[in-house]
Amino acid sequence: MTLGFYPGCSLEGSSREYSESVIALAKAFDIELKQIPDWNCCGATAAHNLNKELSLSLPARILAIAEREGMDEVVVPCAACYSRLTVTQHELNHDSELKKKVSGHIEMEYKGTSSILNVIQMIEKYMIDKLENKITNPWKHKVACYYGCLLVRPHDILQFDRVENPQTMDIILKKIGAIPIDWAFKTECCGAGFSVSRTDIVGKLSGNIVADATDRGAEAIIVACPMCHSNLDMRRPAINSYLKKNITAPVLYITQAIGLSIGLSEKELGLQRHFVPVTFNKIEELSNK
Amino acid sequence: MAHESNKNAETKGLIGEISKNTGVEIIKCYQCGKCSAGCPLATEMEYSPSLAMRMLQTNTSDYDEKLLTSQTIWLCVTCEMCISRCPMDIDIPKVMDYLREKSLNRKKVNPKAKNILAFHKSFLNSIRRTGRLYEIGLLMDYKARTLTLVQDLSLAPGMLLKGKLNIIPEMIKNRRLLSSIFKKTILKKKEESL
Repeated sequence: MTLGFYPGCSLEGSSREYSESVIALAKAFDIELKQIPDWNCCGATAAHNLNKELSLSLPARILAIAEREGMDEVVVPCAACYSRLTVTQHELNHDSELKKKVSGHIEMEYKGTSSILNVIQMIEKYMIDKLENKITNPWKHKVACYYGCLLVRPHDILQFDRVENPQTMDIILKKIGAIPIDWAFKTECCGAGFSVSRTDIVGKLSGNIVADATDRGAEAIIVACPMCHSNLDMRRPAINSYLKKNITAPVLYITQAIGLSIGLSEKELGLQRHFVPVTFNKIEELSNK
Repeated sequence: MAHESNKNAETKGLIGEISKNTGVEIIKCYQCGKCSAGCPLATEMEYSPSLAMRMLQTNTSDYDEKLLTSQTIWLCVTCEMCISRCPMDIDIPKVMDYLREKSLNRKKVNPKAKNILAFHKSFLNSIRRTGRLYEIGLLMDYKARTLTLVQDLSLAPGMLLKGKLNIIPEMIKNRRLLSSIFKKTILKKKEESL
């Protein structure tokens, strides 16, 4: 079968291993992901911080092209893109005047008929029933499933999972043999778009997340968002310097974890692109005691 | 009577403007403080989210001005925790978006938020030109705006080695439309620039 696919900018650049693992996983389940032709950036945080109409027009063009191409379902792996596309659909479906105005800006009719799936919804809908039969290397690791902000909030619009203690990733990870831990920072913010402009804030917020996960015994952190991944992985030096520890627990996309369990190669899943190597060591305190 | 006076208070000033343009009824806030308790950045802000709502409720130009020139509105990272816990469903992130846009248009951005704003502008500049984010271009543009030349330079070789940076920007075909969308929205007024 074929599904529409909106990779978004991160997946074509600094988070390309997320794209590689999503595509590899889809292929293993006989799903073809067809990119929305000539897609543009969703505008991310920058657009809605500075201009509302711009922040709605950019996602509206993407959705209008998907409609034109007859894509009933579009898979959007990046949690930020998923949030922007879904919020735009909600805002435009509830405001016909704004919808008309935005359609004018993008010079295309926007109807709002394509449904948007995040990566977990894609797994739940099209893979989970076939998953158990495919597992060749069960994961016997304790993991912290980290959902972050934009997969679950704003809940009224996204209507995905429980807002305070979501479970969908935990259930999927159990299916591949992993042991998801109970922890307190499942939906706390990693600092998101402040990665460059306020790295100090990211070190602190992401540091608290990594510390809680590893203090409670997690050997790896599982994510479904490129911003969460780059903040917990690439910003590990800022995290470790904030925590005054050397935490080596790796951060994996959920698609990489599943991919490993069904025998896909590390290279296909892009594990070599991580800054924190994917090995399972215990926490080492710096010798400053 | 109290209800009537609240209603009147909502029609004027910034709180009335926000209600009219976003539909968010700040007047409903009864200061339970759950937003500030859950906000990951409340400790960095000069006014916590619940205090910001109270300031708007006073409907005084003095407090409106304090908020529009605050760091608070730029430190809000729109994680949406506040609205998910608000018993009155007050969409504080939407209020913050409104205040940011107004603060920018009125040229009232707090100087301490200049790096955050510079990042947003560099980001939008990149997609205005090519349609998609060009990460190297974004970082160069940001460094030029903020003169943070050394910061993160050590990350670049690793990112290149791991294939995480595109050397050449990806360009969409319909760049004319992208440019036109920008002109009809954020660059609508002649004096605006990115």
